[in-house]
Amino acid sequence: MTTSTIVVGLDGGEAGARALAFATTQAKLIGSCELKLVYVIEWSPFSFQTSEENAQRHKRREEELALARERIVEPAVKQVTDDGVTVQGIVRHGDVADILDDLAKKHGAQQIVVGRVGLRGLKERMFGGVTGRLVVASSVPVTIIP
Amino acid sequence: MNKFLTTGLGAVASTVFPALASAQDAVGMDQRINDVFAGSTGWFVNLIFMSLPGTNFPWIVLWLVVAASVFTLYFGFIQFWAFGHAISLVKGDYSDPDDAGEVSHFQALATALSGTVGLGNIAGVAVAVGIGGPGATFWMILAGLLGMASKFTECTLGVKYRNEYDDGTVSGGPMYYMTKGFKERGLPLGGFLAIVFSIFTIGGALGGGNMFQANQAHAQIAGILGDYPGWITGIIFAAVVFAVIVGGIKSIANVTEKVVPFMGVLYVGAALVILIVEYDKIGWAFGQIFAGAFTGLGVAGGLVGALIQGFKRAAFSNEAGVGSAAIAHSAVRTKEPVTEGVVSLLEPFIDTVVICTMTALVITISGVLVTDPATGRFILNEAGTAIKTVDGSSGVQLTSAAFATGFSWFPYILAIAVVLFAFSTMISWSYYGLKAWTYLFGEGKTKEIVFKVIFCLFIIIGAAANLGSVIDFSDAMIFAMAVVNITALYVLMPIVKREMKSYFARLKSGELKKFID
Repeated sequence: MTTSTIVVGLDGGEAGARALAFATTQAKLIGSCELKLVYVIEWSPFSFQTSEENAQRHKRREEELALARERIVEPAVKQVTDDGVTVQGIVRHGDVADILDDLAKKHGAQQIVVGRVGLRGLKERMFGGVTGRLVVASSVPVTIIP
Repeated sequence: MNKFLTTGLGAVASTVFPALASAQDAVGMDQRINDVFAGSTGWFVNLIFMSLPGTNFPWIVLWLVVAASVFTLYFGFIQFWAFGHAISLVKGDYSDPDDAGEVSHFQALATALSGTVGLGNIAGVAVAVGIGGPGATFWMILAGLLGMASKFTECTLGVKYRNEYDDGTVSGGPMYYMTKGFKERGLPLGGFLAIVFSIFTIGGALGGGNMFQANQAHAQIAGILGDYPGWITGIIFAAVVFAVIVGGIKSIANVTEKVVPFMGVLYVGAALVILIVEYDKIGWAFGQIFAGAFTGLGVAGGLVGALIQGFKRAAFSNEAGVGSAAIAHSAVRTKEPVTEGVVSLLEPFIDTVVICTMTALVITISGVLVTDPATGRFILNEAGTAIKTVDGSSGVQLTSAAFATGFSWFPYILAIAVVLFAFSTMISWSYYGLKAWTYLFGEGKTKEIVFKVIFCLFIIIGAAANLGSVIDFSDAMIFAMAVVNITALYVLMPIVKREMKSYFARLKSGELKKFID
């Protein structure tokens, strides 16, 4: 039985790897701590699709989930397990900031750890970035790894 | 008057008045295609639009309205009492978060809408108001409201009896509820109806879902660039559609799917601005609509003319009872077929009661329909077939002229909107047609490509043929679908009622809960 939980956001890239490394170190220091490694497939139920895409959606979703588990989450889970830390991998569809916060609440996590993606310029100004929205809306402390 | 309207006049004149068109023998290819087309489809059009004995009321219009009324009564005016629930379903209040990534209610509705919102709302309404006067609007709204119950019935069945294949893809639509539903009730002929329905669906896909769209898109482009042969537009459109449906170039479809909703919002927004600016005339316009609905106000065909035009255009625009929506809605992820039926009743509301009415109000208020200053009644054109318009235009050009009274630049936006609407409707209908085709001939890569190539060829024919024969054929095929589909709906409606009662009872008892906190 672990006493502490940390939600870690993976992105399949550098930033996620940094977040994972930091969270693993934290978990070891805490001693009794479980990591929830979360990969979110960007998805909105309010997007527009063609009939053909709709007809194949269920199949595509299964493929996306399988791919994300196999390529991103499972290697990360294995790496953390090898370090002797309790870990669970989760793949979800939706908005990254919303899902991370929802899962933190659901599992009673003490903090969320994410890597800074480093968007610059117009894109950052327009969309605010995932980390920015997470910090504004999160119900638990958020640690951002530069 | 701007360039668009003056050059548009020639294009419209050549499509509306055959005498003028034949004078331009440079477009001889268009004429030949048109003659062959009108000659080979005329008998079918006549059969579908046959008048009831001793009247000039087409039996098919009565058929649709009676069906919509029967469903409205049978389901206890569901379009009114379930309206709020429909909105909360679309918002995702009842969607299981674990199903994230599956087709949502919103997406199924949006996809179905992109197949119906289009030229019917812009060109079709102008045709209805041009021939039947503002009074046609009243009947159109009434038909739209009643049609919501038809849509509920067919979409509930569409989801309930869809096929879910092992690979995770789904196929749904009237063909499936005809075969499976009839079997469940122990009735014969389900398979036969499904085959007839599929044949008409292929016709409807090639007609209203294709040729009508290509035709009106060409009229719009020719209105801006000046008159040129339709087959050129046809070939360009066919090439782009071919790239999407055969070449699988998703990026084109994706762009359209994102721009089309934006265009829809822009269209309604522009209409609203015109109505706000001319707010003092709104009361008068509604007066015209109500008076015209019951007196005819001297339009072509009088009261019955207004009624027929209103009902016809509503049916053609929102396709309630036709069965096409049952194909589009059936991909949604839900355990309760009734939920998609409830969501689908928003479709005729948005399409007809909101968007079509906007178009009709703008046309009425803009003053593009010529009235006699002495009597206030509308003046008919020389041929006596429609109300005289300020610049002699009809169809989409009339809508364009009406919006131009508010914003002189609007015709350009409208032209882009029409082309995009036409394109998205074609993509939707190519899918409906394909589902019917594979139902008849079986699934398979080669068979699918044969249909897709045929579909692209008809785009060229549609762009080249003249407006009258294309509209007649489109209407006839789509209404023929409704003949078969509604027959099946009558037989299967007790199943829908059972589902509906069970669902709303569980909703009331709290067994089905909202997922949002």
